[in-house]
Parts: sequence; structure tokens; C-alpha cells
Amino acid sequence: MIKGVIVKKSDLPFFLIFVFLILLLPVVSGSSYTLTVGIFCGINAMVAIGLCILMGYAGQVSLGQAGFYGIGAYVSSILSLHFGIPVVISIILAMMVAAIAAVILAVPALRLKGHYLAVATLGFGEIIFIILNEWGPGGPSGFGDIPHFSLLGYVINSTTGYYYLIWGSVAAVMLFSINLINSRTGRALRAIHDSELACNAMGLNVVALKLKVFILSAVYASLAGSLYAHYITFVSPSSFSLFYSILLLMMVIVGGITNLWGAIIGAVVITVLPELLRKFQEFDVLVYGLILTLTLMFFRKGLVPILIEKMKKFSGGAVANH
Amino acid sequence: MLTVFLQFLFSGLTVGAVYALVGIGFNIVYNATSIINLAQGEFVVIGGLMMWFFSESLNLPFFLSAGLAIVSAGFIGFLMERLTIKPLKNPDLLLMIMITIAVSIVLRGVLMFGFGKEPYVYPSFTEGEPISIYGAIIQQQALWVIGITGFCIILLFFFFKRTIIGKAMLACSVNTTAAKLVGINVSKMVMLSFILSAVVGAIGGMAITPISLMEYDKGPMLAVKGFCAAIMGGLGSNRGAVLGGFIIGILESMTAGYLHSGMKDAVALVILLLILFFRPAGIFVSKTMMQLRKF
Repeated sequence: MIKGVIVKKSDLPFFLIFVFLILLLPVVSGSSYTLTVGIFCGINAMVAIGLCILMGYAGQVSLGQAGFYGIGAYVSSILSLHFGIPVVISIILAMMVAAIAAVILAVPALRLKGHYLAVATLGFGEIIFIILNEWGPGGPSGFGDIPHFSLLGYVINSTTGYYYLIWGSVAAVMLFSINLINSRTGRALRAIHDSELACNAMGLNVVALKLKVFILSAVYASLAGSLYAHYITFVSPSSFSLFYSILLLMMVIVGGITNLWGAIIGAVVITVLPELLRKFQEFDVLVYGLILTLTLMFFRKGLVPILIEKMKKFSGGAVANH
Repeated sequence: MLTVFLQFLFSGLTVGAVYALVGIGFNIVYNATSIINLAQGEFVVIGGLMMWFFSESLNLPFFLSAGLAIVSAGFIGFLMERLTIKPLKNPDLLLMIMITIAVSIVLRGVLMFGFGKEPYVYPSFTEGEPISIYGAIIQQQALWVIGITGFCIILLFFFFKRTIIGKAMLACSVNTTAAKLVGINVSKMVMLSFILSAVVGAIGGMAITPISLMEYDKGPMLAVKGFCAAIMGGLGSNRGAVLGGFIIGILESMTAGYLHSGMKDAVALVILLLILFFRPAGIFVSKTMMQLRKF
């Protein structure tokens, strides 16, 4: 499916800037508050990248990503806490559970189109939410004492450690995703987005491709959920509600649905915005809503594609775009 | 046995009526624009809270406060359409749906600022003893909710079948370009659809508040349930939304009563998924009809 892990020339500058910015933040402001916000940006970015591939490249909407995110958090926490399974293996097992859930949901759901698919995934997400509420350890109040992330006996328990771990994972996810969308599979996906009928006629197995992307997005969400749980060491169902799925959709659209970097930018914007609005106190929901509305109305293609257009004009088409 | 069953049935019908109204609200906007207006739940909240504001806070007479609450909800619907939907020419549907979510956040922010986070309630429309049928206790307000819903449905039916404006709105949903060609002012119809759906939602909110209280953040859950009702009956079909609303309401209260209260939302959703997987067009919309749709 993917040959050789290399970054395409057009993405290389973006990737280098990205890595540079990740490394820059702890140097500029090493306060644990900044790093915590940074960690949440990273967690959200990981889920948003999966959703972006699903929406922007395969043209499928999902309002159930919070469900997979929740599966990741709960399965990996329960396995590592109650069964003493090493954290890394728990995370991988959680990803497998999420993948299986994705298959069960996707086989009937991917036949649906447009908002019917959106509602089916929404229903799935809500069912997971209810299951966590009813049968999850601790019920609606959740449970704690989840072990920290550890690999080969080395335990990560500092904010800085998690910052690097999570953004390192985001970079890995991003690298994999860039390679995926620049591969044969990626081109096939974009073709599905344009016309499913034409793809069928050309002999592409549209259903299998959509299924693969759906599983991939679920696995990303699960990974992010697991990392979240092992970082916070406490989970409760309220973090995995429909509201989170909607927030993710918002991240992808604000950042720009047609560009993977948009998912990261969108995640950062949507995560940092409420923090910046703290000083408005009870007005914060209102201001947040207004900013979202205006962004959606006036930057309709999303922030990143617009930025790329501007840069292209500025440098006379020297900056590549995909 | 029968008593308990009747009790659950009536509480299901009462919530179901509100879901049906929200579902109809979705349909009205969807029919005119193909947009799913996810701020629909907020209009229910606006209805309840404005009614409280006019009747309890300003002490206005019942009919005047009801009228003012309806007008203010309609006005907010009008503002929403003029400020966020109309300025976008040739929009992407997914983007429009996200904008309605953003607007719902704004509305929630305004409501929280105006009313705070506490729940509000006002007395039932008529005072009097609850009615007893085979031992099941039915509050008078529950009858009001069901009655008002029925009345709205009949009015809307006549509006869409008998009046020229209603027919024009339906024409927009069938074929926008053709509607323009025969001289229908599509932009006006879109505006009207937003006002109408806001009013329908607000009426539901005004009726249910004395039973279930109303607070600023009840909107999203109502929107999800109403949307499920609309999808269950087949998006765009009003009788489908009514049936879907009642099915969801009754299933919910039966599950809460006989099984477990935490499970009530899950059962409605499982039924919804099954309907989607086996009859995605819903109960009342044919498959061919669905294939003609844009989104």
C-alpha cells in the first residue's frame, strides 16, 4: 500500500516547520500550563487528522469519532489497570478493539450517504457514550489511578515528557498519513470523493477503500484516547460525548477539509481559543460561538487552504500545494 | 399492570410530542434549503425561557406572553437566516450545517448570559386535578402538550396543502430552479422556513416547560432526538416526523420504566441505527425519492 516512508518534496517544508514549532514551544514557554494546552492540541490533532482523511479525502462524514476516542481511553485504561497488561500493549489492543468496532459499524453504515451516514455514526457515538456511562467502571463519575505511559521500564510522568510523547505520535501519524494520501490509495480516495460512480467504473473497490479509511480514522482516534487516558490518569464518560465529535468536525472544517495540515491547525485553533477567551468569563461561550460563526462564514475553504493560496500569490506559485 | 403501562405510555406521548415538533422544525428548513438546522433545539429552549420571561418576570397575561414568546422566537429565526445563511451564496451543505452548530453555540451563550444556568418553570396552562385513567395519573399539562402538537400539525398540514405560500415553499424543496422560474421568491421562502421552524420549536418548548423545566443547555439533546425522529420517519416527511417522535418518546419512557432509566437513550438510538441500516430512507420516504436528494 505504501512504499518507502519519505516526505514528498512539497510537504517537506511544512513538515520541517511543524517539527521546529513543536520543539520551539517548550523553549519559549516551559510553564506546565502552556505544555498542558499543547498536549491537548496534540491529542485533538491526532483525532482530527483521521477525520480529515475520512472527510476531505474519502468524502465520508463521521459524528462518532468520540466513540472511538472513548474506546481507546477505556479499553487501554481497563487493560492496564485491572489486568496488569503493559501500557504499550494495552494501547495496541485498544486500537484493535476500535478497529473491530469500526468494521462492525462501517459495513452497514458506509452504504449510507450524506447526513444518513452522519446520523448513523452519531448514533454509534452516543451508544458508546451510554455504554461507558452505564457499564464503565465508576459509571458517570469515571475512574482514576490509570498507570502512566511506560516503555521498556521507562515511565513518562512529567508534563514535558507527555508533550514530546504526544507530539511525537502526532508527527508519526502525520508522516504516515501524508505518505498514504500521496500513494496509489490516496489518489484512489480523492477519486472517490469526486465521483464514486466513476471509481466503480474504473474497477476500484470503493467499499473496501472506504472501509480501510474508516478503520484508520478509528485507530487514530483510539490511539489519541489511550494517550489521553494515560496522561490524565483519570477518565469519565463526559469527555467522550457527542459534543467532542462535533468539536472535531469543527476543527477539520475550520482548518480546511482538503488539507491534512488544516486538521492540525484547526485542532490548535479550536483547543487554544477557549483558553484565550477565559478572560471574558461568562461571555466566553458567546464569544467562542461568534468567532466560530464568523470563521466559517468568511474563511469558507478553511484557514490552511486560504493561507496556501495567499502564499502562492505572494511567491508566484513557488509554494506547492496538494 | 395496565396502570403502569398507561402511565409510561402517556409520559412517552408527552415527550414524543415535543420530539415530533422539533422533527417537523428540521423538515421545514430541510425541505426549503436541504440544510439540517442543528440550532433547532435552541428554539425550543428559547420558547420556554421567553414564555417564563413574559409571564413570570413581566407578569403579562397568558395569551400576550405566549404571543410575544412566539414572535421573539420567530424574530431570532429571522435574524439567524438573514445574518448567517443568506449572506453565503452557493454554499457547501456541510459548511452550512456547521454554521448552524456555531449559531447554536452563540444562542446558548446568549441564553446563558440572559437567564443563567438554573432551570426555569411556570405553572401549567390550566389549573386543576390530574386526570386518572385506569389508575394512571395524567397531568393536565400533558394533555396540553399533546393537544397543542396535534393542533400545530393540522395547521401545518393546511398551510402546506391549501395556502399559496405553503405550496410555494414545497415547490422550492422539489426543484429550486423551477420554483425560481415560475416566479417564486426563493430567498423569501428560505427566510420563512427558518421563521416557521423557529416558531414550531418554540411552541413545543412553551408547552413542555411546566412539566420538564427548561434550562439554557437543553437544546442539543432535544435537537438530537428531534433529528432522530425526522430521520426515522424519512427526512422531509412531516407525518413521518410525527410518527418518529412518538415512537422515540414511547420507546424511551417504556425502557426507562421497565428496564433501566440510563438505557432509555440507547434503545431509541439502536432502533434508529436498525432503521438506517435496513430502511435508510425512513418509514415514509421511498428509496427513489431519496436518491434524488443532494445530501
